[in-house]
Amino acid sequence: MKTLRTLLLLPILIAGVVSVQAQSPLYGVGRTPTENEIRLWDIAIGPKGEELPVGSGSVDMGSELYLSKGCAGCHGTLGNGGMAPRLIKRDAGPNADPWDYGRVLPIRSPYATTVWDFINRAMPLGAEGTLTADEVYSLTAYLFFLNDVVEDGTELNEKTLPQIQMPNRTNWEQVPDWLPGQPRLEGYPY
Amino acid sequence: MSQKKTDRREFLKRSAAIAGAVGLGAVKPALGQDHEHMPVAPEPGAFIRGSDEMTAYGSRSRFVDSVRIPHGGRESPDAFGLDFHIATPLQDSVGEITPSSLHYMGTTRGSFVPDIDPDAHRLMIHGMVDNPIVFSMEDLKRMPSVTRKHFIECAGNRSRSSHTTIQETHGMTSNAEWTGVLLSTVLKEAGVHADADWVVAEGVEEVKGASSIPMAKAMDDCLLCYGMNGEPVRPQQGFPLRLLAPGFEGIFNVKWLRRIKVVDEYYMTYNDFGHLTRDPVNAALGYQIGPKSVITYPSGGQQLPGAGFYEIGGLAWSGGGRVSRVEISTDGGRSWKDADIRGTAEPMAHTRFSFEWDWDGAECELQSRCIDEIGQIQPSRQQALDFWSTDGERATFVKGQDNSIQPWRVASDGGVHNAIS
Repeated sequence: MKTLRTLLLLPILIAGVVSVQAQSPLYGVGRTPTENEIRLWDIAIGPKGEELPVGSGSVDMGSELYLSKGCAGCHGTLGNGGMAPRLIKRDAGPNADPWDYGRVLPIRSPYATTVWDFINRAMPLGAEGTLTADEVYSLTAYLFFLNDVVEDGTELNEKTLPQIQMPNRTNWEQVPDWLPGQPRLEGYPY
Repeated sequence: MSQKKTDRREFLKRSAAIAGAVGLGAVKPALGQDHEHMPVAPEPGAFIRGSDEMTAYGSRSRFVDSVRIPHGGRESPDAFGLDFHIATPLQDSVGEITPSSLHYMGTTRGSFVPDIDPDAHRLMIHGMVDNPIVFSMEDLKRMPSVTRKHFIECAGNRSRSSHTTIQETHGMTSNAEWTGVLLSTVLKEAGVHADADWVVAEGVEEVKGASSIPMAKAMDDCLLCYGMNGEPVRPQQGFPLRLLAPGFEGIFNVKWLRRIKVVDEYYMTYNDFGHLTRDPVNAALGYQIGPKSVITYPSGGQQLPGAGFYEIGGLAWSGGGRVSRVEISTDGGRSWKDADIRGTAEPMAHTRFSFEWDWDGAECELQSRCIDEIGQIQPSRQQALDFWSTDGERATFVKGQDNSIQPWRVASDGGVHNAIS
């Protein structure tokens, strides 16, 4: 009788053990991607730059690519005056507050990686995803040069790019920690 | 509305004339001054003949002419066929669901709507997880599903004094019934690491639009949607798969979703960069949609035929949860009365309200005010501007998401006008 009860309980005990291991799949639907597949898909570059592909590019190469890839056609020869968003900071005088340079990605962004990421994923218009990693490093370097973030002659690669100290690196506010049922802003009645 | 009324009157007159001509107009009931005859079916030639198309996928009456319009002064489509921002005709809305064909649309920077073969589409869950997974659409449809009503609203949905109609002032929000898999279901399936705080959601369109979403939200109520209003999600809404982040600003609701990457920090994607600010108040108020409402009838550009009874109707919503109360003022905000909530108020969903009103024919100003279940109250424009004003400087622009009250001025001639100054 005792044995029978143990046997009857056994499946329940096993189920209990399985549910404790919350990290194993419950449904088993879908397939596991290969490492290579993940690498090919993963174009989201975080602030640490861990996902950056091996490669390098220079301000000089970037200035040529800016013309040859058609960037100048939409963004203007020197990063302004075109139909597309401005890429060179506005003149804000000496010792300017970086926020006075305008909403210009390669100067306002807190991280260099955001600039690399967006050129890589979304430029040039109509030929997105066609730039090589080296070309993206070069164009990024050139835009940083235009905005006095790096000096002429600078070369960037997967190691040096995330180390660039953008002027707004810490000069911005994170959204508040989100919790369900929480008001938009503590103490704000609306 | 007035245009539609006229059309309908003419239609009825025409029908009556035709009915008379074929000898069916003998009955003359008293139906009011506009109607000398009972509305009857039009002549045989005016029936909508059955067709293979109408059998396969029905369409609305040719007398219904409600359409979307480009929003914000930019063409959509533009000369290249890129779609940008398109506003829904809220002035014609009834009930709570926006028809899929009329749902508002927004894009990251102007996009070609991708023409995706669902059999070839994949969603990858990876990053800080124990088991990265690739789902086909068929796989996702095997997973446990939910169906929920939720609104989406664009951050740029704000009323300006130059706007004349509600389509311009509020047309960048819509509400649909969404069907899909909870993001938490697939995240649990993948096994999220304890130190993961964010997910990056990414689309497959040419811009590869991507947004960072806090893990608490991802695990709470975000949805991977393949269904919309009882059929597959429309291409402009992300066919075959879109993310829904209920109550968050529109851009978080990533369309044509191909990837969820689990990460340990805010990724500052290009979409996130659009929210960049150094004002913590502005950051907080440009995130979760506040309590908001608008009167859809009578609204700007409409014409009331004269004094008398009207059911004021409108929509209320909040990113903070359910709408718990809507109030109406017919005297420009001096006094308020409760409106009736129609249907059931659901979390982060448009909720229809109504209010019985006898218009005395004198000029007046109509307003509605939403209060949500967590006690947030929709501010007047004055209150919102007061909040953003400093001692030295009077604010003229509501920063963050603008959820302020929309006033409609009803002139003594029955014309309805935007009363934002």
